[in-house]
Amino acid sequence: MDTQRKLMTSNDSNIGRHTSALLSLIYMGAGQIANGQWVKGLFLILVETLVIIPNIPLLLRTLKGLVTLGEVPMQDHSLFMIIYGIIAAFATVFIILIYLLNIRDAYENGYSVERKPKEKGLKATFRHTRESGFPYLILAPGLACILFFTVLPMVFNIILAFTNYDLYHSPPKHILQWVGFKNFVEFLSTSSWSITFKNVLIWTVVWAVLSTLTMYFLGLIMAVILNNPRIKFRKTFRTILILPYAIPGFISILIWKGLLNTNFGIVNKILAGTFGIQPIPWFESVFWTRFACVLVNLWLGFPYSMMLITGILQGLPNDIYEAATVDGASSFQKFRFITVPLVLFAVAPLLIMSFAHNFNNFNIIYLLNDGNPPVFGQQGKAGGSDILISWVYKLTFEALKFNFAAAMSIIIFLLIVGFSIYNYTRTRSFREEDMLR
Amino acid sequence: MRVSNRTLGNIKLGLSYLVILLGVVFVLFPVVWTFSSSLNPGTSLFSSDMSIIPKEVTLKHYRDLFAETNFGLWYRNTLKVATATSMVTVLLVTFTAHAFSRLKFYGRKVGLVAMLALQLFPGIMNMVANYVLLSLVGLLDTHLGLIIIYASGAIPYNTWLMKGYMDGISRSLEEAAIIDGASSWTIMWKIIFPLVLPMVSVIGIFSFVAPFGDFLFARLVLTTPQNWTLAVGLRDFISGRYGQRYTQFAAGSLLAALPITILYLSLQSLLNGGLTRGSVKG
Repeated sequence: MDTQRKLMTSNDSNIGRHTSALLSLIYMGAGQIANGQWVKGLFLILVETLVIIPNIPLLLRTLKGLVTLGEVPMQDHSLFMIIYGIIAAFATVFIILIYLLNIRDAYENGYSVERKPKEKGLKATFRHTRESGFPYLILAPGLACILFFTVLPMVFNIILAFTNYDLYHSPPKHILQWVGFKNFVEFLSTSSWSITFKNVLIWTVVWAVLSTLTMYFLGLIMAVILNNPRIKFRKTFRTILILPYAIPGFISILIWKGLLNTNFGIVNKILAGTFGIQPIPWFESVFWTRFACVLVNLWLGFPYSMMLITGILQGLPNDIYEAATVDGASSFQKFRFITVPLVLFAVAPLLIMSFAHNFNNFNIIYLLNDGNPPVFGQQGKAGGSDILISWVYKLTFEALKFNFAAAMSIIIFLLIVGFSIYNYTRTRSFREEDMLR
Repeated sequence: MRVSNRTLGNIKLGLSYLVILLGVVFVLFPVVWTFSSSLNPGTSLFSSDMSIIPKEVTLKHYRDLFAETNFGLWYRNTLKVATATSMVTVLLVTFTAHAFSRLKFYGRKVGLVAMLALQLFPGIMNMVANYVLLSLVGLLDTHLGLIIIYASGAIPYNTWLMKGYMDGISRSLEEAAIIDGASSWTIMWKIIFPLVLPMVSVIGIFSFVAPFGDFLFARLVLTTPQNWTLAVGLRDFISGRYGQRYTQFAAGSLLAALPITILYLSLQSLLNGGLTRGSVKG
């Protein structure tokens, strides 16, 4: 033991973990060289000297741009400055992370040098570095995409919510100003805006609940009926009923738009021809537009729930039903007291996911009738069938109130996150009741 | 008089068939009507002779689609964007999911939760930023820009889907391979990847289909009509003076929907399985 210790201290590349960590803190790579890792150390020194230090002024300037949002109109473009500023912020975080990892690496290697000095050859170091870097290597492309096309836009959006970016203040003609929470305050306290928001929010929730429930209800009925072995051609029927799921939704919605056209659509023609009903104003009245949205969503969505529920039904244990038959239960009772609870139990998490999906189901609302008909007195071009997400779209691309749109998207995001967290905990406790297991 | 059990059963069976029939009519009606309007000699929704069974049948609209409009070009563009999106998505998702499922690294847990949270943020809200970003790097009005946006948007959800599937694969194979001296790269491609092929194909197909159905981002990014995808082009047929080219739209939408529909119906069980598993896990 003693001789070993002597051997270690006699090794001149061993300077201890604290010293090497300190060296790496002073200059990237210094600790690594002290630990005897020449290649890595030199590489890190080069990175700091050639890449990081020369770019610090640029980073600082860009970050400053994020604070000022530009000074000279027509010359400074606030939007670009925001984007560059966010990228600079990412870069800063990234550099700090690399620096920390560099210190940690020096510390750990110093530690292992302390314990067994002559450990690895150059080749082993290479292999070790490659293998421990592997997760980051394969994560890099995906994370870069997410960082630039999902995270960056999100941050950008959040920033816009605190500026005055709208039709009258649009770069490069104007420099954007920070306005703090003014957008939120104005949005939620100006009576015309807050009333519009309230109307749209209520319809959004009603829409999400109605569309999800109708979809699952029809899916359940069809799945149960087609699960009856006495029905012939079950497979063919199932395939036909799955058809809407297999057609791109966008096309189906446009087709329905034609079918429901008030003056020339086939649906009104048939209704008039066979029942003598007056033409229904599908796209002119608020009620009928909303009805049409739910109807089209039902057409589009029930095959999915039918497929899910069919899968669940086929996995249900048969003995429960046999026991019920022995006890003299009617088939309705079996449906009501066995099938429904069991399916509901299995489907509950998916039901919640569908709800969240429909809450933001932009396509149906926007493509069917652009969120119209227009409603008198509603702000920001919000129509009678607009849900929050389609209203955000209109605020952005029609009313050009980018700041309000951004503020509202934050509100939507918070609503969804809150709902999801609430549900996550609820579903967990639901699961823990161990109904099936 | 007491109705016998048998009669009651038959009534129920009859009712079941009635419900099925109603369902089939409900589902098929728009499809059949679109098909028959595509064969109708008239051009617009306004034509008075539009009916379920056309009096005259013509293939004129199908011919016109290719001869007079950019439909063929849009079809090619869509196929190109869809294929590239699908390949890029599968590649990136395999990478990220492999890392999250099989490897240890700093920030793994945080990363997973972040992916889940990102998925909650609707893509539409990213539109303004994406537009500015693409114009900064000069990718506006290019298919590459669109492909990058589609693929990036697909990563978080599909990573969860794929990770869930990968988690089900036993570790013993990898451990054996590590003992035999296989590198991480070899393990990923030679051992894990072949085992997750079913999920790879599910993700591949879903992300192939997505560009056929997306109108918003395609509209935002692609401005010249020569670059459009099917969705943008078809919507153009029936927007503006509404219904003027309805029959052409009908023919076009049938042609656009056909490959996707065949793909879905023939791979029903595979997709259905992936869907159920994914939804439960995701």
